[in-house]
Amino acid sequence: MSNRPFAITLKPGTSLANLTGTWRTERPVYLNRLPPCNNACPAGENIQGWLFHAESGDYQQAWRVLVQNNPLPAVMGRVCYHPCENACNRGQLDSSVGINSVERFLGDEAIKQGWKFDAPATVSGKKVLVVGAGPSGLSAAYHLACMGHRVEIHEAGPLAGGMMRFGIPKYRLPREVLDAEVQRILDLGVTLKLNTRIENIEQSMQDGHFNAAFLAVGAHIAKRTYIPSGDAAHIVDAVSVLRSMEGEDKPMLGRRVVVYGGGNTAIDVARTAKRLGATEAIIVYRRTREKMPAHDFEVEEALQEGVMIKWLSTIKQAEVGTLTVERMELDEHGVPQPTGEFETMEADSLVLALGQDVDLSLLDNVSGLEIKNGTVQVAANMMTGHPGIFAGGDMVPSERTVTVAVGHGKKAARHIDAWLQGASFDPAPKSEIATFDKLNPWYYSDADKTVQPILDIIRRQTSFDEVQGGLNETNALFEARRCLSCGNCFECDNCYGVCPDNAVIKLGPGKGFQFNYDYCKGCGLCVAECPCGAIAMVPEET
Amino acid sequence: MGFQPVKFYQTGTYTVGNRLLAERSVQAGELRSNSINSGHRACQGCGEALGARYAIDAAMAGSNNQLIAVNATGCLEVFSTPYPESSWQVPWIHSLFGNAPAVATGVAAAMKVKGRKEVRVVAQGGDGSTTDIGFGCLSGMFERNDDVLYICYDNEAYMNTGVQRSSATPPAARTATTMPVGAEPGNPFGQGKNLPEIAMAHGIPYVATATVADLRDLEYKVRRAMTIRGARYIHLSVPCPLGWGTASSDTIRIARLAKESGMFPVFEAEYGEVTGVSKIRHQVPVEDYLKPQKRFAHLFGKTPHPETVARIQAIADRNIRKYGLLEEGSN
Repeated sequence: MSNRPFAITLKPGTSLANLTGTWRTERPVYLNRLPPCNNACPAGENIQGWLFHAESGDYQQAWRVLVQNNPLPAVMGRVCYHPCENACNRGQLDSSVGINSVERFLGDEAIKQGWKFDAPATVSGKKVLVVGAGPSGLSAAYHLACMGHRVEIHEAGPLAGGMMRFGIPKYRLPREVLDAEVQRILDLGVTLKLNTRIENIEQSMQDGHFNAAFLAVGAHIAKRTYIPSGDAAHIVDAVSVLRSMEGEDKPMLGRRVVVYGGGNTAIDVARTAKRLGATEAIIVYRRTREKMPAHDFEVEEALQEGVMIKWLSTIKQAEVGTLTVERMELDEHGVPQPTGEFETMEADSLVLALGQDVDLSLLDNVSGLEIKNGTVQVAANMMTGHPGIFAGGDMVPSERTVTVAVGHGKKAARHIDAWLQGASFDPAPKSEIATFDKLNPWYYSDADKTVQPILDIIRRQTSFDEVQGGLNETNALFEARRCLSCGNCFECDNCYGVCPDNAVIKLGPGKGFQFNYDYCKGCGLCVAECPCGAIAMVPEET
Repeated sequence: MGFQPVKFYQTGTYTVGNRLLAERSVQAGELRSNSINSGHRACQGCGEALGARYAIDAAMAGSNNQLIAVNATGCLEVFSTPYPESSWQVPWIHSLFGNAPAVATGVAAAMKVKGRKEVRVVAQGGDGSTTDIGFGCLSGMFERNDDVLYICYDNEAYMNTGVQRSSATPPAARTATTMPVGAEPGNPFGQGKNLPEIAMAHGIPYVATATVADLRDLEYKVRRAMTIRGARYIHLSVPCPLGWGTASSDTIRIARLAKESGMFPVFEAEYGEVTGVSKIRHQVPVEDYLKPQKRFAHLFGKTPHPETVARIQAIADRNIRKYGLLEEGSN
């Protein structure tokens, strides 16, 4: 009956007949978690996504992924306060990835190589008015143009850029960088009308046959405070000092300049005064360094350049050549309280850097608007109370940074696009965040952050040359490769390698991996040994 | 010199593959031989199944796929080849528990007689068949310098018989079926049986140790061994989730901690002399290695035994001193 050898009753077979997947109570699944850098970015950049391409040296592709969310990488790579780096998981390993410096490298590389945005794929036939050519206006214009809408920017000032030009000093943002990135947006077919102040937004929309408008006029009116002063006391505000730096006549501040305030603008103006030849630039601030709203690295750079800061002090009176200052004390709530102790300081001029207000005059008589604390209130979709009029940037309640403004521009553009189609834009729900405990940091090489070159101190005190240098190709690549790729597969092959059951199928470069659930026993080794936390165990369905 | 890790490129050579590196591991290849295929009956997270595929795939790559594998009795044989199925995708032979080295000697002799010099022979077994039952045959194979690479998958006990003590079981480790001698639970402290050093004492051309936690190092050693003729020995640490009482997902982590604590020195030797050592990258105390393992749970329970832990730490410290496991200047 059988022609098999003696005592052999079964045919030889492969163990593939034994589907060990039935042992499983939990199954591994590939997923994309949200990297903490992306989560922290106010402009909603896919940082891990563009670093992935930079890691392989494909800078153009990296730049293209970057500009899907932010059209101003060379600007952002200089002026952003990089909350991404504060959130970076690598900070818990050695030091955070220098995301900002790589972004700058990509932005500069794009300018050098002349990379252009892709022309819009479709034409919608709709027309959108953008009021203000600052970061949020430019960002909205870019995104709207990419969606196929016709965009016209009306800018009241003589040049585009808004606070990027009239607020941020040249030593932080060279103007040729700004010009190049603005021009690239205009090359998409965006019309820019300079010296065009909108007096009545509804009228302008009607006259120009605009289907929607995005308001981003910023906050340019310096806040004042009452300081008793003699008629001849030289008191100016920081906004006009920084603005006049862009014109022919540089501001006359004198040898001893006192700046009143504790924000980034106070720092900018003190450093500017130093460069204009002031022997002393002194910031007077009513609280302590820990409480100062200015960013720490800017305070540090200012101190290096010889800017002095007088903590816990308020200015009570200003006369020609002298100021009266009162010493303050923090109470138990951290609020500064007067002590009644006074002193005088010599000062040729006093610059007030006490914050800015929004010029809301263009909104007079517009129905449905809600204005609170001097800012325009907007809904979650960035639309004001008046249908079709959206607003963003410094004129709505926000942190008032370039990055936040760029983020507003993108967000508003998406909602405007939806609104023009009579639909609503529902952002995809955020994925779970790839926190440090989801990673297996053993697998990452030890590599400390690359330090960006800093301009010589003498030149920093006497010229408006850019303070912070950029990375070159070698160290930008190094920096990009420090990325841990949190929460997103970077094809390290670990899951494919460590599976004792060959239950991971490698699909080839760029295609990732797939589980073979016929054989996966659910041991969880792939999850434990995935460096970047891109696999999770989920209970098996019963 | 030993294996030189490539330090940079994000993960360097720490990961199995790396899209940024041209130098790929055998395991990263889509066309790796998968010598031991899916459907085998090893437990979840089996270190031995993983170690065997790592090693035999590398041996296949190092012999131009001209390989015959001889297997001693043990988990590896049982879970891979329950009659009439087999997971092996290489010519494979099993005879008895204790005679794998002798069978391998015979296979190598047969290949020589047939003039098939290109066909290489690997013998493999667990620590039981290697350090206890087949020890005599293995010593003979070394002494005759037969052209065989012997790989010992060391999971530190007879797991196939229900976790039973072997001469590779470390001191203080509990085993399920071997009753403790005296009041203290676990294996007694003795001098142990250090098989890599015994192999070195035979003066054979190549001896190396490795763990499943460092694939690149393991592949380097297997491929290096395949370039040498004569008797070669690789001792591979393969944690056993069942016998060691660890989570199935912790197998590689435990192997890594064994190396990083100094409990398992990773080195290579030629003709009886150590020629390369894998340094400890982030040193950890032995507690970090012992605590996740239930076989050492009695050292940390309600009545902890710090004096026993200190004795185990002394073993690690001795390894570190003896093999120079720390980088100059660290710690």
